[in-house]
Amino acid sequence: MDIEKTARIARIRRRTLSGVIYFFLSVWAIMVLFPFYWMLLTSLKDYGDYNAEYIPKFFTLSPTLQNYGEAFTAVPLGDYFLNTLIFTLATTALMILVITFAAFAFARLEFRGKNFLFTLFLSLMMIPNELVIITNFVTVTDLDLRNTFLGLILPSVTSVFYIYLLRETFAQVPDELYYAAKVDGTSDIKYLFKVLLPICRPTMVTVTILKIIECWNSYVWPRLITDDQAYFLVSNGIQEIRENGFGRENIPAMMAAVVVISVPLIILFLVFRKKIMEGVSRGGTKG
Amino acid sequence: MKVILKDLTKIFPNRTKKLPDVIAVNDFDFEIPDGKLVGLLGPSGCGKSTTLNLISGLQSPTEGHILFGDDDVTDLPPEKRGVGLVFQNYALYPHLTVRQNIRFPLENLKGAEKLTKEEMNKRVESAAALVQLENYMDRKPSELSGGQQQRVAIARALVKTPRVLLLDEPLSNLDARLRLQTREEIRRIQRETGVTTVFVTHDQEEAMSISDMIVVMKEGVIQQIGKPQEVYDSPVNLFVAKFLGTPPINVFHARVEKEMLFIAHQPVLSVPGAPDGEVYAAIRPEGFIPDKEGPLTCALSGIEVMGRDVSVVSTHPESENVAIRSIVGAEIASTIDVSARDVRFSLKPRKVFLYDRATEERILFAL
Amino acid sequence: MEKKQWKAWLYLLPAILFLGVFMVYPLVDVFVYSFEEGYNSASQTFFGTGFYNYSYVLHDPYFLQAVKNTFLLVIITVPLSTGLALLISLGLNAIKPLRDLYQTVFFLPYVTNTLAVGLVFMILFKKTAYSEGLVNLLIGWFGGTAVDFIEGPYWAKMFVLCFYTIWVVLPFKILILTGALASVNQDYYNAARIDGTSKFRIFRRITLPMISPMLFYLIITGFIGAFKAYSDAVALFGTNLNAAGMNTIVGYVYDMLYGDSGGYPSYASAAAIILFVIVLTITCINLLVKKNHVYY
Repeated sequence: MDIEKTARIARIRRRTLSGVIYFFLSVWAIMVLFPFYWMLLTSLKDYGDYNAEYIPKFFTLSPTLQNYGEAFTAVPLGDYFLNTLIFTLATTALMILVITFAAFAFARLEFRGKNFLFTLFLSLMMIPNELVIITNFVTVTDLDLRNTFLGLILPSVTSVFYIYLLRETFAQVPDELYYAAKVDGTSDIKYLFKVLLPICRPTMVTVTILKIIECWNSYVWPRLITDDQAYFLVSNGIQEIRENGFGRENIPAMMAAVVVISVPLIILFLVFRKKIMEGVSRGGTKG
Repeated sequence: MKVILKDLTKIFPNRTKKLPDVIAVNDFDFEIPDGKLVGLLGPSGCGKSTTLNLISGLQSPTEGHILFGDDDVTDLPPEKRGVGLVFQNYALYPHLTVRQNIRFPLENLKGAEKLTKEEMNKRVESAAALVQLENYMDRKPSELSGGQQQRVAIARALVKTPRVLLLDEPLSNLDARLRLQTREEIRRIQRETGVTTVFVTHDQEEAMSISDMIVVMKEGVIQQIGKPQEVYDSPVNLFVAKFLGTPPINVFHARVEKEMLFIAHQPVLSVPGAPDGEVYAAIRPEGFIPDKEGPLTCALSGIEVMGRDVSVVSTHPESENVAIRSIVGAEIASTIDVSARDVRFSLKPRKVFLYDRATEERILFAL
Repeated sequence: MEKKQWKAWLYLLPAILFLGVFMVYPLVDVFVYSFEEGYNSASQTFFGTGFYNYSYVLHDPYFLQAVKNTFLLVIITVPLSTGLALLISLGLNAIKPLRDLYQTVFFLPYVTNTLAVGLVFMILFKKTAYSEGLVNLLIGWFGGTAVDFIEGPYWAKMFVLCFYTIWVVLPFKILILTGALASVNQDYYNAARIDGTSKFRIFRRITLPMISPMLFYLIITGFIGAFKAYSDAVALFGTNLNAAGMNTIVGYVYDMLYGDSGGYPSYASAAAIILFVIVLTITCINLLVKKNHVYY
């Protein structure tokens, strides 16, 4: 009898606990999702209706896509988008190339001063961006590269951290594969592209995605280096919209722009969910 | 293609400078005849893998020369030498299928050697047929057993018809049964292709069973070169004698006086021509004949039956080995009284080798 | 051999070049700038060297306001976000159905554009002539009085900034902590349960020590990250942070460098170096604490 009672109490306690856990997790989930819901909702509300709501409504009965039209016509959102795309792709591609070569040299090739140089590279990881951005701003200005893609891209095509991450990955590939490839008649560069990179593909994909996210969201450097709207990225574009666009109060149109900017990354995230989360836990930092 | 190693030396400088440099390969000088299978044999750290790497070009010698036929290849990088190399852990490219793995070396050929697609496919097919892998061509290495991976590695090494085939501990990652089977396989493939082959092993049985010629090494120095049976039957020094043979050779502290060999003051064998002095007497397990009148008396520990043969285990105060093992036929063994304290042996002169106590070099005597 | 050496350097050349121009040289240069008094970026001249720039920055009320804001932000958000992340991770670790879904949802803020979503937060918290905004509506339901969180009192603005910062940094922390919790060997828990250890004791004596290295990693990166806060503030309060009284140290650096109040790279450098020294000190203190408190 007693045993049965104890078992029942234990069961009830367990259920209550898991109920409480689900409740709190759901509360936070709502906190996370609500801003997304709100931006989507507002972007679908009619401008007139929105301004008439003294008490905001949690739904709309007459959704309209008109705000999206407005977002693309009243401000050059399309151009911001294209700029960001060019910037993101060029930066990511260049960076992958630069760090792959560097990581390969550190992981595979023998040369004098390798360890010293690698330590030097690692110590650069401690340098905060805020410290070097001042001179970079002056350098790029002096080179007349303000308001150019070159000026936007060049300072972010290397990452010591990713060189380190790739080197570690490359170093895990057994030496024998390199020797086998040598005996099979490959040059170093061919080994890199035909053997090493295919084997290390998961890490390469991770690094690429993380860099894409970083580029897509970058704000500070583009803000410093561009004041010509023709070179604005989406982050700067959104800030510009907020301060000057649409006549200050067209919030539904602003939200439409925000949705447009957020969607590509959310899609990327949903497609590569596992890879991104795995990659971030290995090598991402934010916050 | 015959391979000639001339005064080959490889020194690894010591980083800390406190310790002396390591001489991995010390003044090698030998010639591998065309089409032969040669086993490099020695305990770990004896420089056999370094020798292989020098032949393949993965490491360059400190001194000396390597010739393939008449070509001096000493300064050629590995990719220009035309060698095939099979690694201990196979080193198959994990992202490529069996077919792509075997094809890989062919795709690297340049200039006059460049092959058309059809030629490549033909070569790949025939290499696969040679190692009997035709049915596994589209699998990835991870989907194959160890023995199959080994065969892929061999096919990949052979597909470009190398001038020399090199095998680095090819059998040590296989289980015992597969090892025997693969051993025969390697022998067959080598016979069929006639490619000059060098392989490295620390397993003397493996080397003895398939090599045309073995090279016994110790601490970077060649101890003896010869046909397996020759080396087994007349080891030039105590190291070689101890290294070859299972069960191991039995070593006694002994003495030669007036052309007679004494163990523990008992005259055991007449050794005409041997000078007087302290020696090691090394006796192969099959050199003992149980003999009630025999001159060598050992304390009997027991008898181990190993199928066809029987091993008599005994001890002797002058023996270096903790237990003396002698192999005798089952019939003779049955005559031994198991309950007796002692067992007496007479010795086969051909199975007894004498070595100088100081230099451990062979002392010959007339048979 | 010689040829190989040469080749290796060729592989490294791009990286060395970029790092040299955009990291090593600027690192040296920023110190030079910070000691050049009266530097004029148009004529590239200066009329003296010394500590004047530091002294100017340290006496600038905007800088002091930025330091105050930043420290408040750090002190509030680092413990709160780490604690909250720990609670959520423990919750995630305890459930089975829907865990993947919750994890995905919780991670979402990581991949969003800080500026864009900040705009949404601004709208949620803002009070305008037309509308009190959603948050004030909720406050009204609970009987409170409406506050303008974006242009109103300081505490309200600080609250939004902290709230948004936590919202942004939480995904990373949850991810790391769920990973750490999942990697604790289940045998420890089973052993402890068989011994009749209470849930709280299991947490105190097993879970916490086992994940303590990761927890400290998060605290350290959390401190560093929070000290560098900037774009969250811009997203909420606009680019003119000094006017809003919500500037951060990094924001101060950029404002000195560029924009309406910009053109003073020397002041910017001095402020950046002060920030670097603060972060370095806090990190060292953290590491010292870690030495005494992380169990392995």
